[in-house]
Amino acid sequence: MIEVTGLSVRFGGVTPLDDMNVSFAEGTCGLIGPNGAGKTTFFNVLSGFVRPVAGTVRAFDQDLLGMAHFRRARWGLRRTFQTEQAIEQLSVFDNVAMVHEHSKVGAASRRKDVLDAISFVGLDLDPQLRVGTLGAGERRLVEVARAVVGRPRVVLLDEPAAGLPDQETERMGEVIRQIPEHTGALTILVDHDMGLVSSCCEKTAVLDFGKLIASGPTAEVLRDERVIRAYLGTESVL
Amino acid sequence: MSAAGVETADTTTQPPSSPGGFDTRTLVRPAVIAALLLFVVLALPSILSTYYVDAMIQVAIWSIVALGLGLLVGRVGLVSLGQAAVLALGAWVAARILFATSLPYPLVLLAAGLITMVLGTLVGLPALRLSGLYLALITLMLAGAITVVLATTNFPNGGHGFLGYNGSAVHIPQIRRPSIANTDTAFLRYSVIVAALMFLLVLAHVRTRPGRAWAAIRQSESAALAAGINTTLYKLWAFALASFVTGVAGGLLAGSSRYLYSYDFTTQESITLLAVVLMGGIFSLWGAIIAGLLLQLLPQLLNSWGVSPDWLTILFGIGVLQVLLTAPAGLVDQVPKDLARLGRLLRGLARRVAPAGGRSP
Repeated sequence: MIEVTGLSVRFGGVTPLDDMNVSFAEGTCGLIGPNGAGKTTFFNVLSGFVRPVAGTVRAFDQDLLGMAHFRRARWGLRRTFQTEQAIEQLSVFDNVAMVHEHSKVGAASRRKDVLDAISFVGLDLDPQLRVGTLGAGERRLVEVARAVVGRPRVVLLDEPAAGLPDQETERMGEVIRQIPEHTGALTILVDHDMGLVSSCCEKTAVLDFGKLIASGPTAEVLRDERVIRAYLGTESVL
Repeated sequence: MSAAGVETADTTTQPPSSPGGFDTRTLVRPAVIAALLLFVVLALPSILSTYYVDAMIQVAIWSIVALGLGLLVGRVGLVSLGQAAVLALGAWVAARILFATSLPYPLVLLAAGLITMVLGTLVGLPALRLSGLYLALITLMLAGAITVVLATTNFPNGGHGFLGYNGSAVHIPQIRRPSIANTDTAFLRYSVIVAALMFLLVLAHVRTRPGRAWAAIRQSESAALAAGINTTLYKLWAFALASFVTGVAGGLLAGSSRYLYSYDFTTQESITLLAVVLMGGIFSLWGAIIAGLLLQLLPQLLNSWGVSPDWLTILFGIGVLQVLLTAPAGLVDQVPKDLARLGRLLRGLARRVAPAGGRSP
């Protein structure tokens, strides 16, 4: 359970998050909204890259904002990035092991856990391959493997299927749907692909200009008139 | 971090892949490296003339310095233009200890390494806030400052106190060498072994937990933080390790030159060092050895051929341009590739010629 109360972020005159109040329950939750709505800023606040001017975030009854950014991963916060950031110089194995060795899980099960995470995301390749030699879809899966290794509690996926062809988006969707059950982590998915969001998330929250405008069961939220207006413009396209 | 953690991390990096590749990679490469090392330690010093023995000692020393800088630039992405000054610090500390005490040489090297590590990490503190051009400028300024201090206070030459400078210059004692390595050939062997140990030390870091953390920091600090890596700690760790090996190199330099105060540690040298390290290749440890050869053997070769070493400044300039434009991984990566390309070209030519003459059984 993540509870966000009165969260505001300001960059000079811009307010990417404006008194945001929302809570995310177990399972996979969607977070959508037009470009610039504040989705990535919200993730950056959770990761500790951006300091909010007001508000609190409680995750599993702990004050997330009080933790140093690099400690949050140890606590169990994982994320992927909008522009994928798998480490090119390292092998697939080392990319995942890097997260595991900074988690709370001991070294004894490292090898097994890392290989499990790699096979969980469906990467069928030599784990010693350098990530720099992989294609875009595979790199995104490496990032997801990094997010599910070492007992995560919260997994943030920032447009994990951006730029992927339909077939690979489908594959990504299958992986995402299994994350809560496989890891027990609360998963938040940001994406512009409504097909992916509706197939993965029971509940969805919608941001527009830094404010939460709707939240609830995904199908209902996507039918909400305010959401359609914010997301697609004034004319209904659905 | 527990010792067990490091050990496991070490074993996890062993390639579990195809059995064919496994054998050749894990056995042949170390064997070739060991053979090469044995040749350099046992055979090479007795073959070379005094002139080249001297040059090769410098190659061993500067390979260690290049190793430290290559670690910073190539693995962590921190550009330092102050490494020659860090080397001078190591040499100073070692010279002072060598004059003031009768500690065994390996301990002196260790002490020089550790003290330089502390000082060098201080030089690295700005790296926590700065990167790229600004970090390069700051380290350049610090190097300049250290050079000025050296110029005004002189290197220790056996006098009293930390400065240890004896201005009378009537009887100037030599800096002592290890008792087992008093001659130049023995000192070359000694230096090569110390260099090999430093390479192993760095390799042990690069292949394990810190190496992975550095690779992450180099590509993306956000990704590193999101993976739970304490970027501040690992950046300082990199500076500490680079300064340690450079300090040890300084200790060797003190013994090799015997009269250190005749040695210049100019800021220019730090800049040339960066250029040569880039040329050698910053992503491979072999690149550091190539950098050492370029920096210390090439000038001696040119000298003996009667070519002015001044040409090197131009050559290194062109070399850096070439590396930046066409071969970011340096000579160590480019030469084998070009040789392979040449091989394919020759084979292609041979095949084209073959059908005419090669048909008869």
